[in-house]
Amino acid sequence: MSARAAIVDWARACYEDLRFSEARRWLEGGKGRKACGHLPVYAPRELVHASGMLPVGIYGGGDMLEIIRGDAFYQSYICHLPRSVVELAQSGRLDFLSGVLFPSTCDVIRNLSGMWKVLYPGLYVRYLDLPQVPDPGLATRFWKKELQTLVHDLGEVSGAPADEATLRASLGVFNEMRQLIRELYRARREAPWRVPSEELYLLLRAGEVVPVEAWLEKTRGYLKAAERDAAPIKDRSRVVVVGAFCEQPPLGLIKTIERAGCYIVDDDFLLGNRLLSREVPLAGDPLTNLAEALVRHAVKTSVLYEPNPEGKKALMKERVEAAGADGIIFAAASFCDPALLDRPMLRAGAEAHGIPCIAFKYAENSGQFQQFREQAGTFADAIKLWGGISA
Amino acid sequence: MSEVQKDRSMVIQKDMIAEHYRQLEAAPETGDPVVYTFVPGNLTELIRSFGALPVLPEINALQSGMRGKSRDYILEAERSGHSEDVCTYVKCDIGMLQSGNIGPTGTRLPKPDLLLLSYTGCYTFMKWFELLREQYDCPTVFLQIPYQGDGTLAPEHRQYVVDQLKAEVIPALEKATGRKYDEERVRHYLSLSAQAEEDLVAVLHSAKRKPSPIDAYFGAVYYVGPIFSAFRGTEEGVAYYRELRKEVEERVARGEGPVTPSGTLNDQKYRLVVEGPPNWTSFREFWQMFTDEQAVVVASTYSKVGGVYDFGFRHDPKDPLGTMADYCGGCYTNLNLPSRIDMLASYIKDYAADGFLIHSIKSCNSFSAGQLMMLREVERRTGLPGAFIESDLVDPRYFSAANIRNRLESYLQMIEARRQGRPA
Repeated sequence: MSARAAIVDWARACYEDLRFSEARRWLEGGKGRKACGHLPVYAPRELVHASGMLPVGIYGGGDMLEIIRGDAFYQSYICHLPRSVVELAQSGRLDFLSGVLFPSTCDVIRNLSGMWKVLYPGLYVRYLDLPQVPDPGLATRFWKKELQTLVHDLGEVSGAPADEATLRASLGVFNEMRQLIRELYRARREAPWRVPSEELYLLLRAGEVVPVEAWLEKTRGYLKAAERDAAPIKDRSRVVVVGAFCEQPPLGLIKTIERAGCYIVDDDFLLGNRLLSREVPLAGDPLTNLAEALVRHAVKTSVLYEPNPEGKKALMKERVEAAGADGIIFAAASFCDPALLDRPMLRAGAEAHGIPCIAFKYAENSGQFQQFREQAGTFADAIKLWGGISA
Repeated sequence: MSEVQKDRSMVIQKDMIAEHYRQLEAAPETGDPVVYTFVPGNLTELIRSFGALPVLPEINALQSGMRGKSRDYILEAERSGHSEDVCTYVKCDIGMLQSGNIGPTGTRLPKPDLLLLSYTGCYTFMKWFELLREQYDCPTVFLQIPYQGDGTLAPEHRQYVVDQLKAEVIPALEKATGRKYDEERVRHYLSLSAQAEEDLVAVLHSAKRKPSPIDAYFGAVYYVGPIFSAFRGTEEGVAYYRELRKEVEERVARGEGPVTPSGTLNDQKYRLVVEGPPNWTSFREFWQMFTDEQAVVVASTYSKVGGVYDFGFRHDPKDPLGTMADYCGGCYTNLNLPSRIDMLASYIKDYAADGFLIHSIKSCNSFSAGQLMMLREVERRTGLPGAFIESDLVDPRYFSAANIRNRLESYLQMIEARRQGRPA
């Protein structure tokens, strides 16, 4: 087996492992070690790391988990993610976590924080209200104070409160992680035949559940191997997949899009891991820097307010141009308020610039991909026949 | 069909609302500035202090629902690309706008001079005004109200709201209206608010009596109308609540129950607490189902969505900006689930309820997500079984009368069986 295949297999094993064995092994590797989970989209994982804990992204059970208890907590008209998160917890698969953070992604995740408080009263539970106001001064002050509270609380949970040095070190490690993720995206954008989205995605998923240091090593190895890859170039349309930032599509759907004749050259998968578009400066006060990084340099996303009235209209054109894409696939989870409420604005903006678009909905446990293959295949063919972005 | 019966206060309110819409229609001629905002976290006193008229899109949507107009508006919005999965208030509003922006009373709604996005207890609000902003060439000002994730509005969160009011909201209102901020005027309006709130709470508390002189869900929708919309902090609002209180006290003196669409409900067999908004498209039919079973609602959470006053909060003229922060932070959907459970459990106890019912709304995650757990937790804490029914706010496609009636009847039969010591 090649080194690259071994890394992809490792990442796939991490992704498929709903017992979170890598995290559990890390916890067993040292006395008093603890882990803190977080829901999508964005949580400041650096602070968990700086407090001596393992940050663990919780993205539900995808299509690998039978929902038995979770459905008793949610009506049919609520997205699938929270019911599989509850299933993971109620079945004991999250019992290694000492705390869980719930970012202000939408009202479902917000309310899930309250459910956690009721269901798991002994656990540290915090709702993270991300800063939304356009004034960067106000927003930074607010978010910095939230981060201070979080650092304090996490220190109490872990018993190893972060100090300026550990905070700075963690900022540095997560800067490296974001830089490497950007490298992965660059490599795929420039030569998508060398970096299939399935593999990129598996690496991102692994990055959510293993120690960041281990992930950095594996991903560096993957990138080195991918650059040497001599995979043949295929005649496919280049697409951006928009809207899958919270509840994740099943892996089969990502594969289906590419097998249907598309190269995914940009996407929103696990967006929180690269929400900060620039490195967080290491000089100066770490929390101020981290707060400013979110307030001033977050990528545009449906979970943050867009203060610029022209922002939504221009965003898809900017992304398509940056990715060198031919068109957009709007793929949102069913009942996902952020993605579905944004879609009319984003799509209108895209179409006003002559960008071909299609849209569909999925659930994390969607098992039939035929309809997606037909849609994506027809879309790819249409782009080949009539061209991609026309303006 | 028999004539629908109404309280005096309902007639007064109808006139108040009609007059407000008339003022809105005339705004382009009178020059009155217009500010769109939301019910939870509405800053009506502040808006009024600048001489501006408030427009509340949820009120337009629910009124459209009650008047049978929402279905077409929703379909119009869906035809233009809005998902069937999202908030039907938003789609009703967008559809109304796309259909000529004729408000529910038949008068044209003016364009906003300012969109005041009070981001309080509902994620969708943010998208709603981003969508409206695409339609109107007007400024938007954002007010973030931190969620009470830990059950309280932390001091730093309160200060954050005050800072935003000073740095963002007031300057935006000054610019949109051409008037300077007048704190004395705001204090005066806040003192009017406190008067009205005092009378409203007296009305809500009256449901502790047997028989209850009010229906605290269907009836309370009318009671909270003025204070949740354009009339908090106004003389008309004060007069309305004075009259409403008097009307309820007269009913108490006569030992009467509330006036329902089909008459006075004196013989009250079941006292219920309700969580969640009502359905608006079949509002009267929905209410009638309860009346037919001699069930009166003695407390509800929906009647707290535009402000929670029955646990002591009153607007405080001595601290205008601080009190606005407290008000916004305390609106029902800005409370975390444990606080909502506490509220339901205390209502059941304080109002001597026989049971509680959750009306879950298909397109409102702010309310609906977590309600099944709330049901079980309230049952555990109170020892009372709860009922769970489902429909929607203003999309009539999701109101199944037979299904809801069946569930309600079954639930009340279960309460009856428990009363008689029979297995439910």
